Amino acid sequence: MKITSVGKNVLVLPRKTSSARRLQNKLTIVLFLLPAIVLFSIFLVYPIFQSVYHSFFSWNGFGPAVDFIGLDNFKRILTDWIFLKAVGNGLLIVVLSLIIQLPLAMALALMVGRNLRGRAFFRTIFFMPYVLSEVITGIMWMILFNPDPNRGFINAILTLIPGIKAIPWLGDTRTVLMALFVVLTWKYFGFHMLLYLAGLQSIPPEIEEAALIDGVNNRQMITRITIPLIGSTIRTSVYLSVLGSLQVFALVWIMTKGGPVNASEVMSTYMYRFSFVRFELGYGSAVAIVMLLISLVFSVAYLRLTRQTEYLN
Amino acid sequence: MSANYSQQRRTLKKSLPRIFQYFVLSIVVLAVIIPIVMLIFGALKTRGEFMTRPYTIPIPPNWENFAKVLSIPTFWTMLLNSFLVMLATTTGVVIICSMAAFALSRMKFRGQNFVFNFLTLGLMFPITIAILPVYLVIRQIHLTDSLWGVILIQTAFQLSIGIVILRGFFRSVPSELQDAAYIDGCNAFGFFWRIMLPLTRPALAAVASLTMVLSWNDLLVPLVVLNSESLWTLPLGTMQFQGQYGVNLALVAAFLTLSAVPAIIFYFFAQRQLISGLTAGAIKG
Repeated sequence: MKITSVGKNVLVLPRKTSSARRLQNKLTIVLFLLPAIVLFSIFLVYPIFQSVYHSFFSWNGFGPAVDFIGLDNFKRILTDWIFLKAVGNGLLIVVLSLIIQLPLAMALALMVGRNLRGRAFFRTIFFMPYVLSEVITGIMWMILFNPDPNRGFINAILTLIPGIKAIPWLGDTRTVLMALFVVLTWKYFGFHMLLYLAGLQSIPPEIEEAALIDGVNNRQMITRITIPLIGSTIRTSVYLSVLGSLQVFALVWIMTKGGPVNASEVMSTYMYRFSFVRFELGYGSAVAIVMLLISLVFSVAYLRLTRQTEYLN
Repeated sequence: MSANYSQQRRTLKKSLPRIFQYFVLSIVVLAVIIPIVMLIFGALKTRGEFMTRPYTIPIPPNWENFAKVLSIPTFWTMLLNSFLVMLATTTGVVIICSMAAFALSRMKFRGQNFVFNFLTLGLMFPITIAILPVYLVIRQIHLTDSLWGVILIQTAFQLSIGIVILRGFFRSVPSELQDAAYIDGCNAFGFFWRIMLPLTRPALAAVASLTMVLSWNDLLVPLVVLNSESLWTLPLGTMQFQGQYGVNLALVAAFLTLSAVPAIIFYFFAQRQLISGLTAGAIKG
């Protein structure tokens, strides 16, 4: 290509080439975006609109949906104590994650820190459960939670303490959610720790040095300097944790199927049961729509509240 | 250097807390690995041994369970299916996301922001929530009981995060490079193919390894889409195996151990890429 003129450090390309290039650029843009937009429209946008439509019907999935029942599905959802129980369980998991799992991850990240000897080793081990599938994790923990102390490791350890009897962790409505939460924490604390480690990495050491010279103690260093400096990482981790709690499915389905007596029901298992076990697809669609709305409202509200507008930019 | 000095001072002052630190970290290490070690111990025992003393060290190790699992033909079929799905999904995600991210970061057009916001909707609509709506579409286009159904869904729902990550990395490539390439007669595609992709190989690897893990471990999509046993992926097959042989825990433990092996090997090789993908996704996304 020839450069026809150079003025004020601005390159002016030949006009013909530039208009041809503009067309070529437009073509490139369209072709580059098309696959993503098409896949997205078919598998994300269209299904949601279709399910909004289905949610007004009583429909078992065979033949077209014809039995229009208006908002009855939604009324049924909001008055079904099992669904409300599922929402409650989900909230409990969220709260427990926020007050136990994330602080644990933060404490470990602060301990592993930037220059602890063996940092890579700890990081590798702590993050490993994340890579194991939920199926493997779930079945593995079912064996560990076995109520028979001769089979389940956890009860074996527990019964070593005199006076304590074996607990049927997954079979008792009072303990099942705690047991599941232990597994969730085991699997996911490493992920949040990684996020915090990445956040810590981005703090310039000069800041902490300056604070040291100013004579802050350890506690002040952590609460007044380190944690505020990784505030945006914490916000992200809270967001992902809440959204993740909403999506728990495989672990619960493998370990308890939402039982016993719905004690460990979460929204996703509730929806799965109505959709793929009972084939009440109209009702299942309505549940999906409610879950989508919860996810959407939470996302928008959270991003607004934390003013993390840079989230999408 | 002052950094060194202050660090030394800090280490001196904290040598006792440091012991405490290692103590706590070691407890957590044990909590993480004991379940996995127990599983492997169990897998190395006979059924009888597992019943009588399930958590002792298996001496001598009994490899029979592993041999049994490896001689199940469907185990290999499931391994192959999982591998095919993972390969196709990952290839699709990397290609489609890099193209879209390029158009969204290095080219200018009207509505660019709108398109980007549209393509990141997936971050708010995870597949667990959208599974029924998506299943109904898969049924309409007759892709149930087909690996393609699984691949297409997994790809579609991985696009948002992939685009967000890659767009971030693509943006960090200096624009002078682009100007220089254009002056040298490169068109947009040439710049993308010959300069952008080779330069951002670590980012592509990060997106690829993230997708591989999610695809490999996915239970929900195969569970909903696939019926025929010959198409089952490893997680789906593992779940069914447990249902079928649940009484023989030693055999189940061997099955679980073997099906975890690919993920663990992958983890040790691609840990860096995986971590960079996850943190970039979380911090940029």
